[in-house]
Amino acid sequence: MLVSLSVVLMVMDHRFKSLESVRNTLSLLVYPIQLIVEIPGTVTDWLDESLATRRKLQEEVDSLRTQQFMQQAQMQKFAALQAENIRLRELLDSSFEIGEKVLIAELMSVNLDPYKHQVVINKGELHNVYAGQPLVDADGVMGQIVHAGPYSSTAMLITDTSHAIPVQVNRNGLRTIALGSGTINRLELPYIPNSADIQPGDLLITSGLGGRFPQGYPVATVSAVQHDPGNAFASVVATPLAHLNRSREVLLIWPGHTTDINSVVSAPVEASAEKADTEAAPENGEAADNHSTAADTATATP
Amino acid sequence: MIGSRQHGGGVIAFTFIIALLLTVIPLPEGLRFLRPDWVGLVLIYWCMALPHRVGVASGWFMGLMVDLLTGTLLGQHALSLTVIAYITLKFHQRLRLVPVWQQSLTVLVLLVLHQLLALWISRIIGRPGVPWYFWMPSVLGMIIWPLVYVTLRGLRRGFRVS
Repeated sequence: MLVSLSVVLMVMDHRFKSLESVRNTLSLLVYPIQLIVEIPGTVTDWLDESLATRRKLQEEVDSLRTQQFMQQAQMQKFAALQAENIRLRELLDSSFEIGEKVLIAELMSVNLDPYKHQVVINKGELHNVYAGQPLVDADGVMGQIVHAGPYSSTAMLITDTSHAIPVQVNRNGLRTIALGSGTINRLELPYIPNSADIQPGDLLITSGLGGRFPQGYPVATVSAVQHDPGNAFASVVATPLAHLNRSREVLLIWPGHTTDINSVVSAPVEASAEKADTEAAPENGEAADNHSTAADTATATP
Repeated sequence: MIGSRQHGGGVIAFTFIIALLLTVIPLPEGLRFLRPDWVGLVLIYWCMALPHRVGVASGWFMGLMVDLLTGTLLGQHALSLTVIAYITLKFHQRLRLVPVWQQSLTVLVLLVLHQLLALWISRIIGRPGVPWYFWMPSVLGMIIWPLVYVTLRGLRRGFRVS
């Protein structure tokens, strides 16, 4: 009887979303275990911070100060560029979003199934985390939330074999889909025609299609392109930019919730979304995301 | 009667919690694939030693915990641990009689069965195949079984769990 119950559970979990709430509630039961496992990591972090020498701290402060200075200098230009970009887009009658609401979360040092690329973060539904939410680190897109529990959530990395992310080549806007390969430093782009203009070193950014990942975040760089005349598609491999197995701090993004960074611009541009984009590439939007519904596609604007 | 039945329930729960902790405790990248199935080992022991206390239902519940903890399909571990618990209960009297190294071999068979079920399920839902070292946890489980056995027996006798 229990066997059949398990089978029913599995089928329901796999096919329908109805078990999501059950799973979230039950995950409260295992949360203490995650916390206990977390303790050694927290303790070493704390020791590391409190036992650091004055000299080391000073060096760190110095380097951070230099870094902040440099970045602030770049930001001056960024504000001007942003304003210009929005003005130009206004002329083209299309909207573009810069700056989403973000929240810093920390990875919990919990190992999950080694054959699935998943991580646990220490923010949950109480912090308004929801399933399907994008997750980035300082260098690029990491993945998306798959289960949001009350206090902690599970995220799937972009390299998981069941993950797909809609991307475009930054250089020329070529749109395609990057699939996870199951190897932590490798993404595959199987749907690129042999004749397409793509070369090693190209930066891939999120295209915003599929409505799940906001547009413009760096995802990966193309590492190898192989043209086989016998195949319809070129085999293209890319390396994720995010430090998928090293980052400890991650950013949760709420697409559509703009921060005050946008208030720099006097007149925010409204509506008419990325109509041109969705029409241009229906086949991409269709397969965009294993977990998203196609209906999500045009909901990226607030 | 009821008082004696309840005796030591905390110890059993405690060992299961330790097993769950060991299931998710961070390991170095290379060793992650070699993690033995602690919950399975502990479950086999209790099913063998105290079949009237720990049985199929406990196996199912622990499996559900493992599923929640490791983010696998809800019910996957529940199913395979239920099967393991059932087989162990069937053969618990024979298992008790044989020396520990022979028990190890049985444990290997049970753990491989556990992994085989997991593999089937993951293939059914369309995940890719696995490398050869997928099976290492079972072999490792066999190797450390005597240790688990002696430790848990010590606990059981020390706390007079019956």
